[in-house]
Amino acid sequence: MKRALAAMLLVGAAPAPVVRGDLLLASDAPRLADYGLFDGAGRPAPGVMPYSLNTPLFSDGAAKARFVWLPPGTRADYRSSGPLAFPVGTVLVKRFAFPADARAPDRELTPVETRLLIHRPAGWVALSYVEEGGEAVLKRAGKRVAVRIAGRDGRPLEIDYAVPNQNQCKTCHQAGEAITPIGPTAGNLNDGRQLPMWQASGRLAGLPAAGLPRMARWDDAAEPLEARARAYLAVNCGHCHNRAGFASNSGLWLDPDEREPAHLGINKRPVAAGRGSGGLEFAILPGRPDKSILVHRMLSAEPGVMMPQFGRSLIHDDGVALIRQWISAMPAGMAVTPPAAGGGGGAARQSGQNR
Amino acid sequence: MHRPFIAVMLGLLAGTAAAKTIHVSPGGDAREKLQTAFIEAAPGDVIHIAAGRYPLADGLSLDVDNVTVKGEGPGATILDFSAQKGSGEGVLITSDAVVMRDLSVQNPAGNGIKSKGSDGIALVNLVVEWTGGPKSTNGAYGLYPVSSKNVLIDRCVVKGASDAGIYVGQSANIIVRASRAEQNVAGIEIENSYDADVIGNTATNNAGGILVFDLPDLPQQGGRNVRLIGNDVTANNHVNFAAPGNIVAGVPSGTGIMVMANEQVLVTGNRVTGNNGNGVMIVAYTQAFTDKAYNPLPRRVTVAGNEFRNNGSAPAFAGGKAIAAALGGTLPPVMWDGITRYVVPGGSERADGGNIASDAPGISLNLGVQGTPASAARPAPLPSQTIPPAPRAAIVLPAALEARAR
Repeated sequence: MKRALAAMLLVGAAPAPVVRGDLLLASDAPRLADYGLFDGAGRPAPGVMPYSLNTPLFSDGAAKARFVWLPPGTRADYRSSGPLAFPVGTVLVKRFAFPADARAPDRELTPVETRLLIHRPAGWVALSYVEEGGEAVLKRAGKRVAVRIAGRDGRPLEIDYAVPNQNQCKTCHQAGEAITPIGPTAGNLNDGRQLPMWQASGRLAGLPAAGLPRMARWDDAAEPLEARARAYLAVNCGHCHNRAGFASNSGLWLDPDEREPAHLGINKRPVAAGRGSGGLEFAILPGRPDKSILVHRMLSAEPGVMMPQFGRSLIHDDGVALIRQWISAMPAGMAVTPPAAGGGGGAARQSGQNR
Repeated sequence: MHRPFIAVMLGLLAGTAAAKTIHVSPGGDAREKLQTAFIEAAPGDVIHIAAGRYPLADGLSLDVDNVTVKGEGPGATILDFSAQKGSGEGVLITSDAVVMRDLSVQNPAGNGIKSKGSDGIALVNLVVEWTGGPKSTNGAYGLYPVSSKNVLIDRCVVKGASDAGIYVGQSANIIVRASRAEQNVAGIEIENSYDADVIGNTATNNAGGILVFDLPDLPQQGGRNVRLIGNDVTANNHVNFAAPGNIVAGVPSGTGIMVMANEQVLVTGNRVTGNNGNGVMIVAYTQAFTDKAYNPLPRRVTVAGNEFRNNGSAPAFAGGKAIAAALGGTLPPVMWDGITRYVVPGGSERADGGNIASDAPGISLNLGVQGTPASAARPAPLPSQTIPPAPRAAIVLPAALEARAR
């Protein structure tokens, strides 16, 4: 902390850092600072571009700042589904920080960790740098960090924040055998502004003039409930719960492209949930959130029951409320017979296009 | 500017170095020490975990191929997850050709040891136990290879799982042998899997001893070609303590062997005794389903050359007591639901199933079409048959994996 503070006081004097693209490709640096992505005050180096997602993963209420750096002279290629095709050398950066008070989520932020996804010639590599003694150091084996803030009720809240180990990074960032980015899909980046800006600055190619997919903002009450719920599930569950993901064997697939009601969990019986089922019979029982395993597991913070299995230690009340509302709105008895191919589902990317 | 170059050179050297043994001993931050070893191991390495108790508040995971994780015996090296705060399992393995052996896993919050997507996974001389006894709050599975192939479970013990002690799901080419499952809801379960030999195990004091199941709506289904040979399936009369909603919650207490919706299953040379419900129960999937690709019927199931004693005195399935009473108080060793037809979702009725053969006394409930409840049973004897030996050869695993598991 002290070093960061000292650096902050000296900002006027410090030269802008230069991103070490060679080092990013060659080795796992022991300290985040070695890569030159940020200056001592935490400001991004030239070329390190901030970006935002319409719907982010819930991470115990951490404030998350996202950046992308592309090697000079390179650009990403547009993809209509899945992450954009980023060139070798790209680094995606996510910085996690906690506010002093959950009621002011963007103020008085204390950094906790910085995660990097580096696109090397052999594939993507996930690294996590944890704040220790004023600098961010590489932690492959994960760590628990006690975070104390004022909660939304104003009372002291202790968060048993878990930095993932390197294998856990892969568990979520998995497509078949390979590691893949999750967040920066065209749909989730599409806020009407970012993608054209990237294209204009030469950082993105192939952006279609019309028909861009768009993932809803989960917390925007003005958007359709179906689109918000599917966006929330896609981002918070769909990274594992898809046909090529870690939870493929569950048959519960919540990625934005899934259309089959049974695979979305509607009237679907558990397979290997064990006590995670909470004695309930269906992942989603239309009209009955209190009888839906999905809600039961979101409402738990107990390992073996809670979903996601890691990445949070708190219950995301607002997320639970959204999914409850979505299940409540489903007509009881729906989708007991399978729909025609391609029908049903109502994925988020179908709605609210090109807003 | 030399640092990256040196790092690359060291990396190359490490790649060519001979396999090494990484030693981990108790004390300090056990989780960090073990997880670091699991990450830093290179293919060919052995991770040796010294005797002692390792308290672990988070799960461990291994994603390096061709690694052996070895303790000093299940009574000596104990991974203790009693205070687990995160992860869905104690140990997760996602790489190929992994051998884990000679240690105990205690009180994991979720599953004990899980492999996902492994080609070559050997779990040898392990004990997974919930030490507080059987409870619905225990984790689901003790040993849990899923979506894997070339699976070996050898000389393991699992006690207290709230679902199946040993569960192999959506996998292929499987041997489960010389292992013991007790005080679980299901002792050993082979689910949605192909080509499995379950040989010389003991399943006792579970609610159900050995289950061979197939379920709809999953990436791998059409379970087939499973042999249960020379197992001791004794007194599986434990109360079923699974959370309702799970498929095993529907397994009646007192079930020795249960085959559901599988094709080509051989049950031979087993000793099946003292199971109060059924010695062998052969049934269709009981629930409604919407998966058009799913076949809910048991097909080509052969029960031959087993020893049956003292089974069937108190069947717990719906209508079971009345059927037993009609047969003089005890069910014969083998019971088939007699379902040979099902309605394809959104389509018409299809006849399949049958070819259920037994050389021991048996009954068919003659339920006819899938979904008919047992209360509609019209029991009739299953004709006793002399059955030729099954043609299929034994499952063979890669020799290198077997050698490391010896």
